[in-house]
Amino acid sequence: MIASLALILLAQLLGEILARGAGVPVPGPVIGMGLMFGFLLLRDSRLGLPRILPKPLTDGTLETTARGLLMNLSLMFVPAGVGVVGRLDLLRAQGLKLAIVLVVSTALSLLVTVLVFRAVASRVERRRPDGEA
Amino acid sequence: MHGDFSLWVYLAGTPLLWLTVTLTSYVLADRIAAATGRHPIANPVLITVILVGTVLAVTGTPYPTYFEGAQFVHFLLGPATVVLAMPLYERRATVLRALVPMLAALLAGAATTLAVVIALARLLDIPQPILISLAPKSVTSGVAMGIAEALGGDPTLTAILVILTGIIGAILVTPLMNLLRIRDMRARGFAAGLAAHGIGTARAFQVSETAGTFAGIAMGLNAFLTAILAPLALHLLF
Repeated sequence: MIASLALILLAQLLGEILARGAGVPVPGPVIGMGLMFGFLLLRDSRLGLPRILPKPLTDGTLETTARGLLMNLSLMFVPAGVGVVGRLDLLRAQGLKLAIVLVVSTALSLLVTVLVFRAVASRVERRRPDGEA
Repeated sequence: MHGDFSLWVYLAGTPLLWLTVTLTSYVLADRIAAATGRHPIANPVLITVILVGTVLAVTGTPYPTYFEGAQFVHFLLGPATVVLAMPLYERRATVLRALVPMLAALLAGAATTLAVVIALARLLDIPQPILISLAPKSVTSGVAMGIAEALGGDPTLTAILVILTGIIGAILVTPLMNLLRIRDMRARGFAAGLAAHGIGTARAFQVSETAGTFAGIAMGLNAFLTAILAPLALHLLF
């Protein structure tokens, strides 16, 4: 558990350092996700890394910790969300207009994204029957 | 009475109380969401925010005091983003096969969001500074605030619009996809993550782990693309 958390925090920290250092418009944790992905690739490669790694990182504890965090992703938006309640006055002047923009644009954004994904996927996957539809 | 009051003063200032309120409200909200069969309207983020907001209003607690305790939960957003690598890694073959549709959907989705937001805002006569704060609303909050600030918008307003967009997207996605009869969990998840960032991703993980994986990827990619596209779009149109 602690070894898993340490590894996760280490990935985030390195991601944050890289993001700030390079000035790229990607959040540190997203770069950390890339680093974690790289770690998993290395761990399961044939380099024999598992022998020198702490056991929790190879016996499935890391995966369990990750699943626990992801299952409760909603919880982590609560503190910021509560902050919104206190600042709704900012929306008052343009409230209705903003509500229209948010609902319409979010619906269209979902619609276009999913339709383009399906349209391209069915074209690509017809040529390659191994793709799952 | 005086004793009770000093106990309250003590507790209200410690992280313990507000951390407990946050977690208890979330457990309750999750029970409510489960009781409705995970109905999209019963969004756990929305219910928890209402519950906690009510407690703060009733006790007259200022937000910064609450955040002192709740920051530990807020902090976990970072680690939770890092471990999105796990489902991504486990499904890397599926993800790699869907690379072309993902990139096409990313470009189309990010461009549509910006175009619709800017067009609607102009149509409705929304003032320029608010429009700038609106532009990055589908992107995860840290990046969105950075984009708005760089362009001369109001980062606090952006944060509010981002959270509201997330909740709206998480509520809309399931009924909309069912209406369109789209059963491809990759496409559904990708749309949720692109339009509604982490809150959409949280919803996607409730529906299926494949949807959640694709939502996480879309969230990361859209943060990157919108950061590039938003200044371009605003520049082109003004």
